[in-house]
Amino acid sequence: MTELVGQLINLFAAILLMLSFAMISQRRILSLIHLFTAQGITLVAATVLVGYATHQPHLYVSAGITLALKVILIPLLLYRVINRLDVRWDVETLINIPMTMVIGIALVIFAFNLALPISKLSVSVARGTLGIALACVLLSFMMMITRSKAVPQVIGFLSMENGLFFAATSATYGMPMVVELGIALDVLVGILILGVFMFHIREEFDSLDISHLEKLKED
Amino acid sequence: MVLALTGHRDSAREVNVAFSLGTFVATCVLTVGVISDGPLFAWSREFYIDPLNVFLVTLTAFVGLTTAIFSRPYMRVERDHGKMTPNRMRLYHSMYQLFSFTMLIALTTNNLGILWVAMEAATLTTVLLVSVYRTPASLEAAWKYFILCGVGIAQALFGTVLLYMAAEKVIGLEGGALLWTNLDAVKARLDPTIITLAFAFLFIGYGTKVGLVPMHNWLPDAHAEGPTPVSAVLSGLLLNVAVYALLRCKVLTDGALQSHLAGHLMMAFGLLSVVVAAFFLSRQKDVKRMFAYSSIEHMGLITFAFGMGGPIANYAGLLHMTVHSLIKSGIFFAVGHATQKAGTQNMADIRGLIKVSPTVGWGLMLGSLAILGMPPFGVFASEFLILTTAMREQPWATPFLLLALGVAFASVFSRVQPMVFGDTSVKPLRHPPALVPVFAHLGLGLMLGLYIPPYLDAWYRQAAQMIGG
Amino acid sequence: MTWLGVFSQLLEIVAALLLAPLLSGWINQWRAWLQNRSAPGLLQPYRMLHKLFNKESVIAEHASPLFRGAPYIVFGCMALASAIIPTLSTDLPLSPAADAIALVGLFALARVFISLAAMDVGTSFGTLGARREMLIGFLAEPALLMVLFSASLISKSTSLTTIVETLAHRDLGIHPSLALAGVAFTMVSLAENARVPVDNPATHLELTMIHEALILEYSGRHLALLEWAASLKLFAYSCIGLALFFPWGVAEAEAPLALLLAMPALILKLAIGGAMLALLETLSAKMRIFRVPEYLATAFLLAVIGMLVHILLAA
Repeated sequence: MTELVGQLINLFAAILLMLSFAMISQRRILSLIHLFTAQGITLVAATVLVGYATHQPHLYVSAGITLALKVILIPLLLYRVINRLDVRWDVETLINIPMTMVIGIALVIFAFNLALPISKLSVSVARGTLGIALACVLLSFMMMITRSKAVPQVIGFLSMENGLFFAATSATYGMPMVVELGIALDVLVGILILGVFMFHIREEFDSLDISHLEKLKED
Repeated sequence: MVLALTGHRDSAREVNVAFSLGTFVATCVLTVGVISDGPLFAWSREFYIDPLNVFLVTLTAFVGLTTAIFSRPYMRVERDHGKMTPNRMRLYHSMYQLFSFTMLIALTTNNLGILWVAMEAATLTTVLLVSVYRTPASLEAAWKYFILCGVGIAQALFGTVLLYMAAEKVIGLEGGALLWTNLDAVKARLDPTIITLAFAFLFIGYGTKVGLVPMHNWLPDAHAEGPTPVSAVLSGLLLNVAVYALLRCKVLTDGALQSHLAGHLMMAFGLLSVVVAAFFLSRQKDVKRMFAYSSIEHMGLITFAFGMGGPIANYAGLLHMTVHSLIKSGIFFAVGHATQKAGTQNMADIRGLIKVSPTVGWGLMLGSLAILGMPPFGVFASEFLILTTAMREQPWATPFLLLALGVAFASVFSRVQPMVFGDTSVKPLRHPPALVPVFAHLGLGLMLGLYIPPYLDAWYRQAAQMIGG
Repeated sequence: MTWLGVFSQLLEIVAALLLAPLLSGWINQWRAWLQNRSAPGLLQPYRMLHKLFNKESVIAEHASPLFRGAPYIVFGCMALASAIIPTLSTDLPLSPAADAIALVGLFALARVFISLAAMDVGTSFGTLGARREMLIGFLAEPALLMVLFSASLISKSTSLTTIVETLAHRDLGIHPSLALAGVAFTMVSLAENARVPVDNPATHLELTMIHEALILEYSGRHLALLEWAASLKLFAYSCIGLALFFPWGVAEAEAPLALLLAMPALILKLAIGGAMLALLETLSAKMRIFRVPEYLATAFLLAVIGMLVHILLAA
């Protein structure tokens, strides 16, 4: 039984990684949000499973927070933002997508390599997944760097948060409750601020293209 | 106790000052308590005050207070110029208090997770503070700041997770494995492999916040585009707190690894920051940007000092943190008045401050001299200590440091000199500048250069001992 | 080599030859339903083949023997491929002839011949189709190989029968790497079989066609053979997919009863798979030809990640 749960967690981890990968190959903002929501759902499922396997009730709570925040609230907010700003389709990249994906695979290898010695030391049921979590973090990191529009950048930020959350769950059965609450609060406030920002940027620059934001550089 | 005072929101400038004053008084009481009774805990060990953070707490509260005093007339002028609406004013003040609140939490907490949360919250509040003018440039700066620091600090969270993972194996799930004091007690038994990786991530994360090259890009923008009081607290406080976070992690890493890895990393990046920032300094046109780069330079110097380790270097690092924070915020106060008066931040357009307002002119001149390490100011003392230690322990680094300091001196001085003494036709300022903070800071900086009171000295020694290395 | 083995081998070939057009018909029917059109009969592909076999084959004047021979070679390759994929039983006398790598080679061989033949006549469409086909093939093959490798990593063998045996008959385990490989495989097989995001099997639009451009010059029985080969290829790919990712119900050696069960199981799985394929095709839009490399690169990278995940999690 525990074996099966462990394998299921691994499966969810793989799905998470796949979704991260799908995100960097995605060109449409709407699909990005769908992928992000799917990532959230996978994350919740994985968290619940880890909680079930290890009898850690506080993991259920954090799964609940994730569900409310990342599966329901934030996607809804993002939908509203893109509808109001009417930026549903275009995702522009600074590097072309195949190139991004090749870099992505290099990042995955790097992450796995980094995590391999560590996961051997862990006692958690989901120890192998630390590398996957790290890979997700790095992939989202790259997505933030290579996208030139505001909304994909924000989604990259959030998906990085997902990866971190998954790392916490898989490596150590989640952080202490206080910390997790604090992180959730930070994410929520952050996304609200970013949402407001997008409107301001739109107002000031008449576009959500971050490449307009390059007045401030060294001359 | 500190928290209860700062938690409130308010909308008036005077209340802002009053709360900051209250905070400062409370921290003074706290400080005296810690000095006489030793480290103390609060709230079931979630908060912890020891010699290392207590001096930063006091410093934070003090600079917070003086900045609040300074921002009172400054913001009045901004309102008269139509740059600030009442709503923005309210936002500004509430965020200001929230910011100092998060700073204090970050400093006093014993939980590394909470430390992260507070750092992130500080980022969020300062993002709002930087963007308070809502101009394209300030939005750009705030966006960059958010994205860069958001990414950076996320790496720190990953590091924290790894640290927790290492600690959990030693302490167990229930034992509060993220409490620094517990970690410190068992640091020798933490797994070296995990800790190495954890420190790498923590270093990237908090290093971004410190503004170490190459993660420094956000810093000049945020400093230049935000309101000047915000630049002052960013430079004077936030960077310090980030260094503090880094220090806490370094202590654990050193304990776990029994090697000098953390120190080497810090030295390398610190030195890089010093050199790069010094050369960037020479190319700046915007006065606030220039001093922002000077902040990067000094943060690099501090990181380098802590990286070298040992009682003297640590002592020098702590001293440098103090004086830098005092003098840099003092400079920003003076710069704030100067730019308000000139109506521009472009250095070529600011001329003859000494004629318009002798106090502002002298404040800026003296502040610049102080920050460049002229005796008899405190920066000289700490830089001297750092340099001599470097000569003895890391002789290879000394030429770089000297070169960078020289370049920095030449570029800053050649810019500030015409600003202060050049010809001008601008009429004197209508509002009397609030120069008490400038001179209070400079005075303290001067005092620390000439004479360090024995209790302060003992305090530094204790803290330096603690950091070890 | 037991008589049962020979029997199941024969059964597999016959089943493949007979069922392949039916699968195409089934998919077309589903597609029509999903797109709210009235569907052609389920047996339409058979009627089509029958018609073509009875027609005279017209061949261009300056066509070389290669042009004539290609349909037979292609058909032979596909028939052999479906013979060595263990769909009904893992006890196949032919399976030692080729492992997973050789299987990919077999597909490649067919591709080379059909492309050469298309260029042989010298029409511009043939050349265009051949070029596109080679482009897709050269990107899809590594991806397919990677998918097969992730499966063989689990069973530690590249022999198809061993892979399926390991996956089907060991204790139930979930392999995350197979989830990634599965997605990659779906993407590759859509491209290889000229299905919607890459090519549209239902049109002869000059700008976009790939597969249809290749066989434009063929008629009569040659065309029949090629169409049959195409449906065999689809069948073979579906069978690989089913064998790797849903291997339940495949009979083992020395189990004659299981063989009886295997047939309905296969038909059921194919029916569901075909319906899913039709659904997938209906939901997605055809992409520009220049996006195809990107699409296939994604498939390749997913397969690679699958392998990496396997290495990480197994360690």
